[in-house]
Amino acid sequence: MSDRGLTTVAEIHPLVPPLRTEPLSSVADSATKLFNGFFEWFGSLGIFSWRVLTAAVTPPYEGRELIRQLDEVGSKSLPLVAMAGGAIGVIISLEARYSLTRFGAKSMFPATLVYSVIQVMGPVITGLVVSGRVGAGMGAELASMKVTEQIDAIEASAINPYRLLAATRILACILMLPLLTLATDACALFTGWFAQSLVEPLSFHQFITSGFKGAAFNSFLPQTFKTAVYGLIIGLIACFQGMRTRGGAAGVGRAATNSVVMASLFLILADVVMVKFILVFFP
Amino acid sequence: MATTYDIATKQTEPRKDGSVPVVAVEKVYKSFDGHKVLNGISLRVNQGETLAVLGRSGTGKSVLLRLIIGLDTPDSGSICIQGQNIAGLALDRMGEIRKKMGFLFQQAALYDSLTVRENVAFPLEHHRRDMPKSERADRVRKLLVEVGLDGDIDKMPSDISGGMQKRVGLARALALEPEILLLDEPTAGLDPISSGEIDELILKLQRERRMATIVVTHDLHSAKMIAGRLALLNEGDVVIEGTFEHLQQSDIGFVKEFLQQS
Repeated sequence: MSDRGLTTVAEIHPLVPPLRTEPLSSVADSATKLFNGFFEWFGSLGIFSWRVLTAAVTPPYEGRELIRQLDEVGSKSLPLVAMAGGAIGVIISLEARYSLTRFGAKSMFPATLVYSVIQVMGPVITGLVVSGRVGAGMGAELASMKVTEQIDAIEASAINPYRLLAATRILACILMLPLLTLATDACALFTGWFAQSLVEPLSFHQFITSGFKGAAFNSFLPQTFKTAVYGLIIGLIACFQGMRTRGGAAGVGRAATNSVVMASLFLILADVVMVKFILVFFP
Repeated sequence: MATTYDIATKQTEPRKDGSVPVVAVEKVYKSFDGHKVLNGISLRVNQGETLAVLGRSGTGKSVLLRLIIGLDTPDSGSICIQGQNIAGLALDRMGEIRKKMGFLFQQAALYDSLTVRENVAFPLEHHRRDMPKSERADRVRKLLVEVGLDGDIDKMPSDISGGMQKRVGLARALALEPEILLLDEPTAGLDPISSGEIDELILKLQRERRMATIVVTHDLHSAKMIAGRLALLNEGDVVIEGTFEHLQQSDIGFVKEFLQQS
């Protein structure tokens, strides 16, 4: 009993250990480990990037593998980004029509849709969708090859795995992301127009003319081609995570998850920097 | 003729003709996470010679092969391939040396998205781009005939047995006509008949091609059959090296125990 006559927890459950306060040295150790791990990851990524870059610019070039990867990243992602784009077009159309009507700016609908899709939603949605599909796929494929010694077998056959496996995949992502973004944009604009025209008939030609009125190349090109940087991020991180995997099936799973999570996170962070960059250099 | 190994000086006696050994491992140390795996090991293999590296699991036999082909780097010591020290070589320069080597992995490590034919053709497609397609196809077929798998040419690795996978791995290792062949546990996990077939195959290749071969195994029967010289490893170093008869006559306790248990 406590001196105030109340029963303490220790008296009811004498086996409950007292609350432990973590010693400061242990917290410092954990922080140091975390800090070291963070810098080690970036250091390893830097070394990996350098190896891929030097392998990519020196012959022999792996043209056939690059074409296979262009198909893998591009053609096979097309249905997915088209569907995502289509859905985004309808959502923006519904939201924009409601908001613009409230503020008496209904005539701005085509331009709102065009600018929202091409400048913001299209690139980001494409990046995230491709990051999910391609990032996970590449991460898991390379991780599986790593744990079954297939990457070692490639190296033992005197073939540079950074050139054959990483450079081709990263280059395919860089080349394909802008094209997939154009596909996403096109689908989003079409479904956005279609959703609008169901409520209020508007010809597609009129919609496009009105939407792009006064627009310059600078308004759209940088936003579309910045997705090449997304491609670099997705490819680089997926290949890096896959090729450094350890630990069997669990390692493969971790590599796939980490590829998607890290690529998506870095993609959004890179977007923050690139938006500012574009606003400064392409006003 | 087998060379003799001096445990005290850790030197293999030089060949009488003065030729350089094809593979020379000198005082190599290797640790993983503070755990010492190789402890100053020295080995030499000459042209046309087969060395079997024996030892218990975890004594660094496979690590030794990975160091020789440059998949790992030693902490200290030197590894020379045809007189060229491979320590610190750039990946592409190392690649030139690897073209002279064939490696059979313990689990075969076949590319699971490629067929048997494509697996064997893989090194040729990358290093013999100037070779006409028909000639490459011929070479692949000959290699698969040599390992007795010409009937399974279009199967996927997942559709063939472990023994067959090892044969495909061996055919792939031989595709570039290597001068050095490294075999990591070629008979591990196989039934006695398949093991015998693999041993016969290695012997046949050895007779025909006169490569310098290093076979890592814990199968004494297999080692006795295919290798002229055996090296027994314990705690990361060579305990004894010589012919099977030499090992049998040894008074070293570990050697006696290993021979009795095998």
